[in-house]
Amino acid sequence: MSLLSKKDVALIKDPLADNNPITIQVLGICSALAITAELEASIVMAISVLFVLGVGNVVISLMRNIIPSKIRIIVQLIVVATLVIIVDLVLKAFAYELSKTLSVFVGLIITNCIIMGRFEAFALANDPWRSFLDGIGNSLGYGVILIIVGFFRELLGAGTLLGIPVLGDPIELTGLYQFGYENNGFMLLSPMALIVVGIIIWVQRSRNKALIED
Amino acid sequence: MEKRTDKNTYTLIFAIIMVLVVGSLLAYLAASLKPTITENQRLEKQQNILYAMGINNNEGTSAKFVTTQEAPELFNKFIKQQLVVTSDGQATENNEAYLIDVKKEQAKAKKGEERQLPLFVGEDESGKKYYIAPIRGKGLWDAIWAYVAMDENMVVQGAYFDHKGETPGLGANIKQRYFMDDFIGEHLMYNGSFKGINVAKGNADPKNDDKTDNEVDAIAGATITGDGVSAMIRSDLKLYVPYFTNLKQ
Repeated sequence: MSLLSKKDVALIKDPLADNNPITIQVLGICSALAITAELEASIVMAISVLFVLGVGNVVISLMRNIIPSKIRIIVQLIVVATLVIIVDLVLKAFAYELSKTLSVFVGLIITNCIIMGRFEAFALANDPWRSFLDGIGNSLGYGVILIIVGFFRELLGAGTLLGIPVLGDPIELTGLYQFGYENNGFMLLSPMALIVVGIIIWVQRSRNKALIED
Repeated sequence: MEKRTDKNTYTLIFAIIMVLVVGSLLAYLAASLKPTITENQRLEKQQNILYAMGINNNEGTSAKFVTTQEAPELFNKFIKQQLVVTSDGQATENNEAYLIDVKKEQAKAKKGEERQLPLFVGEDESGKKYYIAPIRGKGLWDAIWAYVAMDENMVVQGAYFDHKGETPGLGANIKQRYFMDDFIGEHLMYNGSFKGINVAKGNADPKNDDKTDNEVDAIAGATITGDGVSAMIRSDLKLYVPYFTNLKQ
């Protein structure tokens, strides 16, 4: 028996394409708008969500038979909040520089609807191993969209990638800028994230007609 | 039949146990990590102050502090005096001045009490003097703060900006080199009176060649954070004017 059965593989692969949390389930849109002005922030957020959702799904799954259904949402919220605060404290003590980069994401992770959505829809009804795979799959699917949006917004908005100028210097007029190219400052504003996500949804649905709803 | 986990007593007991477990876990963690975190913050203050007077490990276009190992030694070497200034410009020496919490002092001033203004006098290897003041204000989402190094005429010699939760890619860019370096050489005074430095949109001087216009170029998409920077410079650095007036006499 291999480590991952066919069903297990689907748990990871589906959210990457045909069941993507952002473009199909339409979860986690708020954070996709908030932090994708820069590629680096997108990557940091993707990794943070990967960790929190992976571990959180396992914790919720282990507790799934003892959580009172009346207060399950509060229990889920507490599990996410506790995880995020522990990570934040440990980073502050042992990786102070990194913690400063991450501080802005703490609130965004706790309120990320993907995390609550997966706890509620999957971890409460499945065993820890499959929940873990589901968590990894969904956060990867989320991360991929974040990174694509971050890539285009930083490239077209600021002419840089990961802070490195790739199109030349806009003030000294080198590279592309000497031909009259201008950065599109509008790309840095939140509405453009929605438009980029919209274009991704459009491309995805035109390639796979089964995804189109009536 | 009602499930065991649906009963009210079960729900209540579960909630109480969960709160106790999570609460004590977090309290224990926070308490045991506190000394390390405080030490990190202390070293960071030293790094910030040194950065403002140009003692840093900047590479290319990225801002880098001196390492935490070097910071205490360099701080003792380059910061010659730590002062606490009063609103009428009187200064007293205080070797713990860098630990003064600007946030608490601002709250004191609001209640009508005397605010302690920390000022650090640094001297680099060529003997040039830097007067470094910590300031604090509000950005779009949360607090922003800075360490501004000036000469005796209140011309900015260096600045370090930081923030708690500004938007990455927009307001958070106040801690980028291109923004912080724009302040170097800018005048805070205008025709003999204090004017501050305005983070200006639609600046006629994007390359920032004119250092006496009391303006630097704003960051696109970060209007509120930029306004916060202007406001904190205007309100907090103004308090140091009496000290500099006394200094010249």
